[in-house]
Amino acid sequence: MATTERPAPSIGQRKLRKEDPELLTGSSRYVDDITVPGMLWAVMVRSPFAHATIGGIDTSAAESAEGVFAVHTAATLELGALVMAWPINDECKAPPHNPLTSDKARYVGDPVAVVVADTKEHAIDAAEMVVVDWQPLPAVTDIKKALEPGAPIIHDDLGTNDAGSWIMSRDSPAPVRNPSGPYFDDPELVKIKEEYYLARLIPNAMEPRGVVVDVNASMGEYTVFSSTQIPHILRTTLAITCGVPEAKLRVVAPDVGGGFGSKLEAYPEDAICLGLAKLHGRPIKWTEERSEGYVATLHGREMYQQIELAATKDGVLKAVRVKLWASMGAHMRIITPGIPMLGAWLYQGCYDVEGYDFEYTNVFTNNTFTDAYRGAGRPEATYAIERAMDALARTLDMDPVALRRKNFIATERFPNYTIASGLTIDSANYHGTLDKCLEMLDYEGFRADQVANRASGDTKVIGVGFSTWLEMCGIAPSRVLAALKYIAGGWDAATVEFMPTGTVRVLTGVSPHGQGEVTTFAQIVADQLGVDFEDVEVLHGDTQVVPLGLDTYGSRGLSVGGVALFKAGEKVLAKARTIAAHELECSEDDLEFAGGNFTVKGTDKSANIKALGFSAWSAHNLPDGMEPGLTATALYDPPNFSWPNGAHACVVEVDTETGAVKILRFVAVDDCGVRINPNIIEGQLHGGIAQGIAEALYEEATYDEEGNLQQGTMTTYMVPGAPELPTFELGHTVTPSPTNPLGVKGVGEAGTIAAPPAVINAIVDALSHLGVTNVERPATPERVWSAIQGAKR
Amino acid sequence: MKRITVTVNGVAHEKNVEERELLVYFLRDALGLTGTNVGCDTSSCGACTIHLDGESVKSCTLLAVQADGAEVTTIEGLANGSMHPMQTAFQQHHGLQCGYCTPGMVMAAVSFLNENPSPSDDEIRHGLEGNLCRCTGYHNIVKAVAAVAAGEVS
Repeated sequence: MATTERPAPSIGQRKLRKEDPELLTGSSRYVDDITVPGMLWAVMVRSPFAHATIGGIDTSAAESAEGVFAVHTAATLELGALVMAWPINDECKAPPHNPLTSDKARYVGDPVAVVVADTKEHAIDAAEMVVVDWQPLPAVTDIKKALEPGAPIIHDDLGTNDAGSWIMSRDSPAPVRNPSGPYFDDPELVKIKEEYYLARLIPNAMEPRGVVVDVNASMGEYTVFSSTQIPHILRTTLAITCGVPEAKLRVVAPDVGGGFGSKLEAYPEDAICLGLAKLHGRPIKWTEERSEGYVATLHGREMYQQIELAATKDGVLKAVRVKLWASMGAHMRIITPGIPMLGAWLYQGCYDVEGYDFEYTNVFTNNTFTDAYRGAGRPEATYAIERAMDALARTLDMDPVALRRKNFIATERFPNYTIASGLTIDSANYHGTLDKCLEMLDYEGFRADQVANRASGDTKVIGVGFSTWLEMCGIAPSRVLAALKYIAGGWDAATVEFMPTGTVRVLTGVSPHGQGEVTTFAQIVADQLGVDFEDVEVLHGDTQVVPLGLDTYGSRGLSVGGVALFKAGEKVLAKARTIAAHELECSEDDLEFAGGNFTVKGTDKSANIKALGFSAWSAHNLPDGMEPGLTATALYDPPNFSWPNGAHACVVEVDTETGAVKILRFVAVDDCGVRINPNIIEGQLHGGIAQGIAEALYEEATYDEEGNLQQGTMTTYMVPGAPELPTFELGHTVTPSPTNPLGVKGVGEAGTIAAPPAVINAIVDALSHLGVTNVERPATPERVWSAIQGAKR
Repeated sequence: MKRITVTVNGVAHEKNVEERELLVYFLRDALGLTGTNVGCDTSSCGACTIHLDGESVKSCTLLAVQADGAEVTTIEGLANGSMHPMQTAFQQHHGLQCGYCTPGMVMAAVSFLNENPSPSDDEIRHGLEGNLCRCTGYHNIVKAVAAVAAGEVS
């Protein structure tokens, strides 16, 4: 097996994905593809009301229906509350969220009972026979109305829908540089105040959720196959909710059809299915209908924002002050109350300000709970500051690009510059990224075209919008998480093991579901250990195969999990070096390592790492006292977040007669540090930008007065198809992170964070000569048209 | 129950089906062909796209009984164990991430090129408008289909 030729370096190459053949030929295995002998089907009975007390539940008709095995309510299926892992401070209100509600329904879709039957069809039919004595109550789904006196109260014991505030000056572990107050009191400074509403979003991973629980009754063991991003976290939360010891609980994330945060959750249905399997000793399966998912799977965003900027008359930004009011929906799910905080430090963007204040208030409403949706907190921050920078530019009559340039954190400040909000950015070159974007765009050429377009009197007008953005990702340093009152850590783990035949087995604690780490991690290992890319197999997503890990979210796969992998590789190399010195009868210092070979300096004596792997496995001739096996595990806790950035520009055409918006160009220059596989980076950006554009132009979940979701199916919620999206023009700069040995940063959420303000800024720019200063998002033709009419008045 | 005869991926099947059973569940549950995915309940997403007598259809829009006497091809049968050029192109151009929409997207793309062998990028986008993808932003899917049309993939 040992090769003596040095394999070509893998990092930086556009390696085709190892994942693809199975996914392309229908050999994939998603949860709904799994069938277990003796399996029963579960179907949830859900509330049709947004707010209603439960007078009683009659399950008798359902219990006697054809094929029905059991019907349970909260009274007969004993489960603990679902885990909420981020009580942001002492005033955070998080009433217990039980998998099945027993007192009242708090949102349309709240599960109240579960039917178990021999087939899904029988379970569906019987679920309709469960009679609930609903006593409807007035509902409130709007954030502001929920805070008004006399509003319906979602959690009666609290006596309020105010779920608590988080105030940076009081609650942040990192002190702000200066309070913002004096700047806003300074009569010499120009102040602006902007207010935005960010719509409620439905994540729409293409695979609906599902769970299959298999039972080994004789051993008291359970295997939970779940469409989840977080098998390890889910194992812990299910152990707590269902009373199954973690050692007896195996959670498997098989092929998972997208997540975007929606599968970063401890859902009622996972706990209910495990509880049923435990109670009855039978395998249980539940899969979500898409329309069911629209009310049962977490929603994203929805907040009111207020951002104020103070700047000198010549455009030097001095201070930023932000207040948010965020919808929790009806319950605090796993990290719901902390989502707005993930943007807390970023409302100053990549601008070097002096004063900073930030606070947010969480509000209960009668809708589906919100939680992490791609970007989580950072798209919100980026939207506010990037829209506000354009507003400031208009106020000061400055070019929006010139204003940004004037305020960028200078490149010389890096590495490791502590910004006014108190955190430390690892590295960046904001000017370099913007330069490249402007060059690709031909900014001056565009402005000339715009002047000509306006002069022509064409009813279709053009505009350009920018988003020079940054984010903090790679969640996260455990000590920081502790200071923010998050219960768990932010480390991750990896194991690298040479197999006797010379292949390398890699275990990673992150749980990819489309991000391609089976490929990129193999590239890292191939280069580090000098083995063939084809000889590296990456395993993930099964807590029995990979016991240690904290899963995939927050753009952490590479910058945390990948670095853990590199650290494990370093340990393997150190041990291999010791064995090589032993076999070659030299000192370790006399060995050079390249291309998989340890060579005695100045000689042709060498040992290949695969052969050393076999030596370690056979253990025939190891140094005295050395343990057999060439394998190592590393747990890596990042010392800082990673801080990618970019400059995105969107060019739109707006039909002033209809309000229709067409994206003519989308230019995105991103810097995610060292690039492992450009194909995969670009793919992440394409998809992220698409979701960001969708957020800006198309997607919104709304509710009627009674609290009914008005986009109850995929026919009415506008997930864009291919015709709605443009071709993307991507560029990049590379500013390595000094925080980790790979120099990498995250990229999974970048596009979604960056794109929305670029799109809306472009629309406002196109209409600026008509006096339009804001269009609420999503910028539907009706809203754009109304904004034009409003400006005329 | 009704008895139907349907040829799937070249194999003839004679089965009893419930009249209300959708074709996609017949393929997945009765025949075990789980490569065809279900992504919605409103015929919106196209994840379940297959070929029926050579043309792409969403297999959730048909009852199994409507496929009586028909020839069905699913993703498993597109190249019978190897890779169809469209599948190869999707890998080469990174036209898939999570893979859930992919079988339907590939089947729709093959059928589209049968109808329009030399499409523009814009025609490709409109040709695939019935198939939703949440991962790729469609950019690389369009490239993959264009590459097959241009004969750049074998």
